[in-house]
Amino acid sequence: MSVLVFVELDEGALKKSSLEAIYYGSKVADMLGTSTTAVALGEATEGALAEAGRYGAAKVLHAGDAKLNEGNSLAYASAVAEAATKEGATVIVLAKSSLGDAMAARLAGKLKAGLASNAVELPDLSNGFRVKRSIYTNKAFAFTELTADKKIITIKKNTLTPEESGATPSVEAFQPTLNDADFVVRVKSTEKATGEVLLPEADLVVSGGRGMKGPENWGVLEDLAHALHAATACSKPVSDLDWRPHHEHVGQTGIKVSPNLYIACGISGAIQHLAGVNSSKVIVVINKDAEAPFFKSADYGIVGDVFDVLPRLTKAVQELG
Amino acid sequence: MKILVCVTSVPDTTTRITFTDNNTKFNKTGVQFITGPYDDYALSRAVELKEQLGGTVTVLNVGEAETEPVIRKCLAVGADDAIRVNAEPTDAYFVAEQIAAIARENQYDLILMGRESIDYNGGQVHGIVGELLGIPSISPVMKLAIEGSTAQITREIEGGKDELEAALPLVLGCQEPIAEWKIPNMRGIMSARTKPLKVVQPTGNDTLTTVAQYELPAPRGACKMIPAGEAETLIRLLRTEAKVI
Repeated sequence: MSVLVFVELDEGALKKSSLEAIYYGSKVADMLGTSTTAVALGEATEGALAEAGRYGAAKVLHAGDAKLNEGNSLAYASAVAEAATKEGATVIVLAKSSLGDAMAARLAGKLKAGLASNAVELPDLSNGFRVKRSIYTNKAFAFTELTADKKIITIKKNTLTPEESGATPSVEAFQPTLNDADFVVRVKSTEKATGEVLLPEADLVVSGGRGMKGPENWGVLEDLAHALHAATACSKPVSDLDWRPHHEHVGQTGIKVSPNLYIACGISGAIQHLAGVNSSKVIVVINKDAEAPFFKSADYGIVGDVFDVLPRLTKAVQELG
Repeated sequence: MKILVCVTSVPDTTTRITFTDNNTKFNKTGVQFITGPYDDYALSRAVELKEQLGGTVTVLNVGEAETEPVIRKCLAVGADDAIRVNAEPTDAYFVAEQIAAIARENQYDLILMGRESIDYNGGQVHGIVGELLGIPSISPVMKLAIEGSTAQITREIEGGKDELEAALPLVLGCQEPIAEWKIPNMRGIMSARTKPLKVVQPTGNDTLTTVAQYELPAPRGACKMIPAGEAETLIRLLRTEAKVI
């Protein structure tokens, strides 16, 4: 028996969300009196595998086959299912991401496992196996009992703050069976924003709404984002108007984010927008309309013109050093 | 082209969520139920593909009789017929088993649904259905074109997108902007009344999860207002008080 954690690699390095998953998995393993095995697929740097150990994995199964470099959810789910069987794992933990979500669902089908998506806390094992997860697009939580023998948890960002234990894991080469059927979806091309902070992983987010008045005005918002090393986001109307790309749209039908800080600029705060952002730790609202409903859900508010306020905030951040 | 579209009946996006019975039951009082917004995108694309390529669109819902208005609306939008599996959709695996059972009987080229339901937000059903049927599942799909027996797909990933190609049959979890939502017209609404809606009993009763209790998020404290003339104060407070920068 063990807890298995899938770790996601990006160009051979561990994704930050995976550190949280390893740490979460190691806490669950402590509760169950067992150990944590991480499974990494595709070519990885030695540093990445060692890092998995520092955050709580006693063992790392590494399948370094270059065929697995591409995040293929079908092949990955098969490989992780095989690792789970080999390790006798009863609990599998993944960080929520487009890849993690797709794998978790396939794994649930393969292993006939109970799956709790969007977990926000460690499970409660005092009476069964109960996971608190976010539902109704962050408008509520459900305490979900996983009743099957095998359990899968996907965790939301900022569920726990990972801490290093300093341990060194044993790294074991792993050669999963690769089936042709898992490689039938061909990736023709990938287009990805580079050199910027990716929204779903970002700790800080600066977001703009229709109050920004047009795509040509995004510079002031991007300046603040750069100064803070924050990701940029937008409301649905902004994405619908093609002022910003769809992958920046946060809200009920867009990306749900839970950063440490969410700064909303010229966004009124419709309930559908709030649903995508209200699990942020701290929310700042800047809007010239003092009656904007978003102020009711904010921690800090400034009633003012974004074109006046944003440059001043950027300067203040730069002066912090 | 034989397309199955799986839809959910969910509370309208503006619903204030509350619970009753000591937080063990969702409070349906006064709640307007709608087709899942992501499912609506899937349905709209299915109807477009049917118009373009010919074939049929069948709508499937796992739900009790109260979901029939949502199913009728899907028929009004352009689906040809509908199946309702008469059961409460309490668990993703259970729902996926129902869909897989119907799919095995009818052999669809495409099984479309929303990327997730907006009540439980699990995003699990398409993957489990794909696994149960032994065919690929892809989500979230932003664009879908069919060329012969091959699908050309744009999938959203963190900060970007992938262009994919795969042979049918496929299970796809859809999202915007795969299609424009279709608003039913009067003719559609009239014809929907007489389109076939078959009610079938569920197969199996594998539930792997149960919800023991619900909880509402704790309300945020009062919003601290900072005068626009002292905007710089905000940055200091974010560092010293909120400690997030």
